[in-house]
Amino acid sequence: MLFDNYDPLKEQMLQILDHNGKIVNDKLEPNIKKETLIKMYETMILGRTSDEKALQFQRQGRMLTYAPNIGQEAAQVGPMAALEPQDWLVLAFREFNAMLYKGVTLEQAFLYWYGNERGSKYDDDVKVLPINVPIGSQINHAAGVAYASKLKKLDEVSIVFIGDGGTSHGEFHEGMNFAATFELPMITVIQNNHYAISTPRRKATKAKTLAQKAIAYGIPGIQVDGNDPLAMYLVVKEARERAIKGLGPTLIEAVTYRIGPHTTSDNPKLYREDSEVEEWIKKDPIIRFKKYLIDKKIWTEKKDEELHEKTKKFVLDTFKHVEESGNVELEEIFNYTYEKMTPNLIEQMNNYKDYLAKEGENNGE
Amino acid sequence: MANKTILQAINEALDQTMENDENIIVYGEDVGYEGGVFRTTAGLQQKYGEERVFDTPIAEAAIVGSAVGMAVNGLKPVVEMQFSGFSLPAYNQIVTHVARFRNRSRGKYHLPMVIRMPYGGGVKALEHHSESLETLYAHIPGLKLVIPSTPYDAKGLMIAAINDPDPVVFMEPKRIYRAFKQEVPDEMYEVPIGKARVVKKGNDITIIAWGALVREVEKALEITPEVDAEVIDLRTISPIDYETIINSVKKTGRVLIVHEAVKSFGPGAEIISIINEKAFLYLEAAPRRLTGFDITVPLPKGEPYFIIEPKQIANEVKNIMAFKA
Repeated sequence: MLFDNYDPLKEQMLQILDHNGKIVNDKLEPNIKKETLIKMYETMILGRTSDEKALQFQRQGRMLTYAPNIGQEAAQVGPMAALEPQDWLVLAFREFNAMLYKGVTLEQAFLYWYGNERGSKYDDDVKVLPINVPIGSQINHAAGVAYASKLKKLDEVSIVFIGDGGTSHGEFHEGMNFAATFELPMITVIQNNHYAISTPRRKATKAKTLAQKAIAYGIPGIQVDGNDPLAMYLVVKEARERAIKGLGPTLIEAVTYRIGPHTTSDNPKLYREDSEVEEWIKKDPIIRFKKYLIDKKIWTEKKDEELHEKTKKFVLDTFKHVEESGNVELEEIFNYTYEKMTPNLIEQMNNYKDYLAKEGENNGE
Repeated sequence: MANKTILQAINEALDQTMENDENIIVYGEDVGYEGGVFRTTAGLQQKYGEERVFDTPIAEAAIVGSAVGMAVNGLKPVVEMQFSGFSLPAYNQIVTHVARFRNRSRGKYHLPMVIRMPYGGGVKALEHHSESLETLYAHIPGLKLVIPSTPYDAKGLMIAAINDPDPVVFMEPKRIYRAFKQEVPDEMYEVPIGKARVVKKGNDITIIAWGALVREVEKALEITPEVDAEVIDLRTISPIDYETIINSVKKTGRVLIVHEAVKSFGPGAEIISIINEKAFLYLEAAPRRLTGFDITVPLPKGEPYFIIEPKQIANEVKNIMAFKA
């Protein structure tokens, strides 16, 4: 078993594809279908391009606060490629690439960050929970989804993402313990990007690795090179097999790095050295994955250029469409509090409508 | 039809709904094997198995948080917080997720779930076992807060809560779990959420209460036979049935609200605001509140001062009736 060979207490980290794009562990190279490899790569390019453009739009005053994923694409796309369509994705908020891979549209993903709840109304068959801002609380949701899957004997698992910062939260412990106790089909991926806003991981826990927290829950934990899409794929594939067999959850620590700011409101230069960032840029997941695909004769420089061109246009067009969507209607902010509006809500809404009819539109200014 | 206590009525509601719908599951601390510290869920695990009725680790955020995930994936969880005073570790889940999933996802997901919690004082308990935290839940958009005061309502409201497409916080007045019996139909029925019950019609004064205090109000009226009071059992704290309240106040012009929750920013303040907004010109005296003091619920040696007794209620009623503008 993969998990037995990598001891998180000894800081043994799984890596298959190194930062130069070379296979360093050929026995473990997963046999991934060509179409899947291309979908993984295309999603990473779409995610990266979207992040870069969103940061630009934000600086131009066209986008609200945005949390970029740059550098963390493999930690998200590798796991999603290893899952089945019927599986569930439970999010924190820095999983843009995972969402896209799972079928959230770029328009929806942008719409959310543009300030519209409709961005979290994914298509009916997209089994993704909405972006979850309160740190750590999503682990319990994933445990519950997985409990239902197990009770109904469905062939499905839940994957839940959390950051390194989230592992400090009490709900991380409660959720992991709950899932382990009931042997639920759940896979937890910690995106250890080394910072909880400005607080470095080393100041958040005495533990040498985050993967070793699994030991206390009586489940496997493994540290993986989170910028290696092949390693992330393989480890989630095995975690899924365990989960489906009824062997319970797995804790995967993806060691990665947040190249950009926490959000557009953050200035990372205040708390980390440029030299540290430069070291991690050399480990970029996209560079190594592209080399791997070209070496495998699945990809070419020409295709790459075409993909970048096409993606840039798609991102710009989509964002333009989002910008044109405007504000929501007044009814919409009341409509979804309960299935049926309460008399109280109807009265509040109607009073406000009367005010608007008399005084004109309220622009919130 | 048989005579049942509130506790038996709730147990029967859980039993019959579970029998009817295999997606309903019941869990929490000690609710499975033991049947709950009050035995409210007694016999359910034996009947429906350990997968549908189970004990959890002592982790309230996990109990409620997992219910969110279960509801998203097709189950109807009915979870227990052992005491309302211990619901606070789950408060983050309840406020930031349970109340919001429908709105956050613009209706893609909604959470048909019930969070049960015994509440209120008068049982000579340890610290944190006697709180009345209505305000904490009634204040949150997206939640419903239901409190029965009789066995009949307990069964009907619980069934309505389980069938409700929105999340319901169901507070159970533990002081009267076994205090009295009432005839409760054997079959399933719903008592509608959002509708208050006029316990007794009258013309002189409107008295509004819920939970264990409805009976105390009734006892108070036995010692003030000269007053023709209208008594309203609110039953649903949120969404509040202001129609029933306003119709009554327009008739009586005098109001007393009785609740054990502490006074400031409590449910009584909201009810009086509604009355002021909608029936101000009908008032013949200032509406008054008889409530818990703005203090931590005392331990048993001080608790008798805190618990509202019928004589106190009668005294307030007389004061309000004596007022002449």
